[in-house]
Amino acid sequence: MTPLPYGLMAEFTTPEALIAAAQSATAQGYTRMDAYTPFPVEGLSRALGKKRNWLPLVFLLGGILGGSGGYFMEWYSMAVDYPLNIGGRPFHSWPSFIPVTFELTVLIAALSGVLGLFVSIKLPRPHHPIFNAPDFQRATDNRFFLCLEQDDPKFSLETARRFLHELKPVRIVEVPQ
Amino acid sequence: MEEPPLGYPTRLLEPGVTYAKATEDIASIPLRRIRSGWWWLAFATALFLLSFLMIAVSWLFIRGVGVWGINIPVAWGFAIVNFVWWIGIGHAGTLISAILLLLAQPWRNSINRLSEAMTIFAVLCAAMFPLLHLGRPWVFYFLLPYPDTMGLWPQFRSPLVWDAFAVGTYFTVSLLYWYIGLVPDFATLRDRETSPGMQRFYGIFALGWRGSAVHWERHQTAYRLLAGLATPLVLSVHSVVSLDFAVGLLPGWHSTIFPPYFVAGAIFSGFAMVLTLMLPLRSIFKLHDLITPHHLNNMACVMFVSGLMVGYGYFMETLMGLTSADPFEYANTIARLWGSWAPIFWAVILCNVLIPQVLWSRRVRTNEWMLFWVSIVINLGMWLERVMIVVCSLAKDFIPSSWGSYWPTAWDWATLIGSGGLFLTLFLLFIRLAPAIAISDVKELIAEKHHAP
Repeated sequence: MTPLPYGLMAEFTTPEALIAAAQSATAQGYTRMDAYTPFPVEGLSRALGKKRNWLPLVFLLGGILGGSGGYFMEWYSMAVDYPLNIGGRPFHSWPSFIPVTFELTVLIAALSGVLGLFVSIKLPRPHHPIFNAPDFQRATDNRFFLCLEQDDPKFSLETARRFLHELKPVRIVEVPQ
Repeated sequence: MEEPPLGYPTRLLEPGVTYAKATEDIASIPLRRIRSGWWWLAFATALFLLSFLMIAVSWLFIRGVGVWGINIPVAWGFAIVNFVWWIGIGHAGTLISAILLLLAQPWRNSINRLSEAMTIFAVLCAAMFPLLHLGRPWVFYFLLPYPDTMGLWPQFRSPLVWDAFAVGTYFTVSLLYWYIGLVPDFATLRDRETSPGMQRFYGIFALGWRGSAVHWERHQTAYRLLAGLATPLVLSVHSVVSLDFAVGLLPGWHSTIFPPYFVAGAIFSGFAMVLTLMLPLRSIFKLHDLITPHHLNNMACVMFVSGLMVGYGYFMETLMGLTSADPFEYANTIARLWGSWAPIFWAVILCNVLIPQVLWSRRVRTNEWMLFWVSIVINLGMWLERVMIVVCSLAKDFIPSSWGSYWPTAWDWATLIGSGGLFLTLFLLFIRLAPAIAISDVKELIAEKHHAP
């Protein structure tokens, strides 16, 4: 018996056709699927029934950590660990601690956000079965793909093929495992 | 043909640009190495200029900062002039790519990548100068809080330490923002490249990007949030740089107008540099479909308006100096108006205030040659402005007996020219190896046009 393919993939020429296809696949009850496009298509992720992401929270937490950590560092170094009396000015001179606090807020927020992005999308990952699909390079040029994956409980080759056929794609291919 | 109407959102891309054409037009520059003759000529020139930097910096490391023209009282000289100039240039890139993204200005989409690259390389050139100026550049890490065996900390009340944090953050965030935007485009190059070696090269930078809808959604979230984080940096970095001066008590420095005046100057000089770089690239690589007269007009408008703000800054500085009733402020202003610094002051006024007035004309704003020359003049003028700010005040402080003067040495000039060489070298390598225009952003724009009637 030949091994099951990774999935069945339909190729479209416009983002609108792909969104429509994704919506009807979701309506059909498919859950394990993904779409591949050369540029971000507004609303596609929602049409695929994917959940909202938690990246903004990572940015926020990073910013809070960076800001409070930065301010603490300044207070600790200037007022506790190594107090320097300069013209009788207060050790805890908060107005002059603001710039570094601000910069560290931005820096740590950006660093943790980017780290969070790569963790959440599981990249770098140089190999993926989807690259086995013939002509998949056009996903970074001018074609729009919808791939129904075989580990979907609803997936069977015949019904999936029939379903995709109704969406009138340019073509349908099996993606080898 | 009728001229396109002023303003957005008409004709951002010439008609007939399809997804495949956008890929081909942009990716063919690095992939098919088109117009290599031009590139090699420019690259050879850039390397020649870079050699100035190598020699000048080697000599500096051997002999110390005494090889420069700096002295007491003018301890800052060219190093700080060049630092402020380069870092100012970087600002336009962030403004174009981050602020215009958040303001949903689609015209940015074909120029953002080049401007971001310019930002990164300019900030790199800028960051080099204060380190070289340290005298003992090998202990640059004293600026950072690290577990020091002597138990010392940086002086967090000092604008010079703020500067280290501001520039470091600016560079890091700009680099992340640039790279995150580049990942999908590296994937496009990976999929188009035919030589296995280069395919692997692009594959490494593409990180296995496959254009998944879920990935795109998170990518966009992160990209927009990074833009949001970069936006206050446009205002904060040059404000902090200006505090290096404004917190000092010297006449001509100790002034509250400095932060906004520096930020306006940064945007002014940055847009001038974007135009200086983009106009030749546009005609060499024939990118007229992607960088249209509309783009030139918009950039010229931003440059012009920020230039008017800079002019207001000069006016207020002079007015405050003349009416401050502080004899040293007054003397400093007089020295600029018709004293020993008058040649620099009036050259600055000519380059930054008078000549840019030609930008009132729409014909000038869309004419490649006129715009190119105006942008060169502004670059020069903004550099002279920093000479005026740094040198004039230091040379004439509060004790006339300690007044001095400043004259740069050949090593100062070699370092300045060499930093230009470094910038050009990096920039040329970038346009040879990476997509100079954001491919996926341009395609987004094309898709939106299909929707619109």
